[in-house]
Amino acid sequence: MGEIFLIFLSAVLVNNFVLARFLGICPFLGVSKKVETAVGMGMAVVFVMTLASSATWLIQRFILEPFHIHVLQTIAFILVIASLVQLVETVLRKVVPTLYEALGIYLPLITTNCAILGLAILNIQKEYNLIKSTIFGFSASIGFMLALILMAGIREQLEFAPVPKPLKGIPVSLITAGLMSLAFMGFSGLVKM
Amino acid sequence: MILEAAISLGGLGLLFSLCLGLASKRFYVEVDPRVGRVIEVLPGANCGACGCPGCSKYAEHVVMEPEVPANLCIPGGGEVAKEVGHITGKEVEETGKKRAFILCSGSKDRVAKSFNYQGIEDCRAALLLFSGNKSCPYGCLGFGTCVNACPFEAIEINELGLPVIDKERCTGCGRCKDVCPKGIIEIYPKDIKVYIACSNKDKGKVVKDICAVGCIGCSICAKRCESGAIEIKDNLPKISYDKCTQCKDCVGRCPQGSMVAVS
Repeated sequence: MGEIFLIFLSAVLVNNFVLARFLGICPFLGVSKKVETAVGMGMAVVFVMTLASSATWLIQRFILEPFHIHVLQTIAFILVIASLVQLVETVLRKVVPTLYEALGIYLPLITTNCAILGLAILNIQKEYNLIKSTIFGFSASIGFMLALILMAGIREQLEFAPVPKPLKGIPVSLITAGLMSLAFMGFSGLVKM
Repeated sequence: MILEAAISLGGLGLLFSLCLGLASKRFYVEVDPRVGRVIEVLPGANCGACGCPGCSKYAEHVVMEPEVPANLCIPGGGEVAKEVGHITGKEVEETGKKRAFILCSGSKDRVAKSFNYQGIEDCRAALLLFSGNKSCPYGCLGFGTCVNACPFEAIEINELGLPVIDKERCTGCGRCKDVCPKGIIEIYPKDIKVYIACSNKDKGKVVKDICAVGCIGCSICAKRCESGAIEIKDNLPKISYDKCTQCKDCVGRCPQGSMVAVS
């Protein structure tokens, strides 16, 4: 139990996927203009990441390892992730069309989101079992969502801030992201993992 | 080994495609068939001239929302508007074809450079440095930002450092107009015969010192125009094309040669 909690804490705060590992930067900057869409995107990522981490673990354990075809790891994982994203897209379009509209291009872009592939490969490298992999995937996506929502909150405020003209828009967002990353470095040493 | 790899990955792919197929059946979303037909009619350049992010978005809007007019596609022009109107059952007002015009003739040999610029080859970047390296603060910088913005490859920079618009290719979508940091590109009807190829709002003396073809605001064209289509505003003539009879009289009378006839 203790270890699972440590995995959670480590993935959310200490080794946050966006702010410490610098994975998944594209949606982090792309969908963080409004808190509402950030929450939606976060949910989609939580769903895809959690499912992907267990699915990729199963594929690694029961297909790639018995047949000794580790070379195909990347292709097999991408296949799983792409199918999952497609599934999420189809379901979202029917169930929550407004969220589907708001996410726009970033939803299919989860397919190539390096955070998810990175997660799947990290799971294997760390030699987690199925439960730990799923927990790790879930916590990593919670960390992603946390970073995304924090960023969106800050950027909503920035809209009204008197930002110097050359820094308006993307530059100040990048500076914000950098400062957030620095702040999250404060957590390093909290958990040794 | 090869066989195992092929079978396992192929099997996975098959399994996933089955799941996706079932999901798309189960979560099928009704789409108005007219949207697809409108998309087929539209040019598919995704230029954004209609105000939507792309052709498919415009197709959705024009079918779903009754207040969106059918003639917003500028590259498509009248024909596309007619077809879209036909599919969606909307009245279409006739819109003439339009194209872009560069309102500056200050080529390299006519306007001096104010300094030697060695930076990013982009008008917007050059503008940040003392409003660009041309002695005319209103003139075309000629780095070709409009060339890169044009989705139809209708603009090129000629050997004198001015953009030239290909009349056939230009659809009047206005991308170049939006991107030009000097604001010297305008969209006018395709069939106009004269336009004022200068954007300098300074007084005559100032203009004459820096440009050989700049408008000095002498207002000869406005006084002599028989149909009263020209008025002077900010030291520049403004032609109202609904009054202009295309007589080209003003072109010959302009002492500076900044009133240009379209060949």
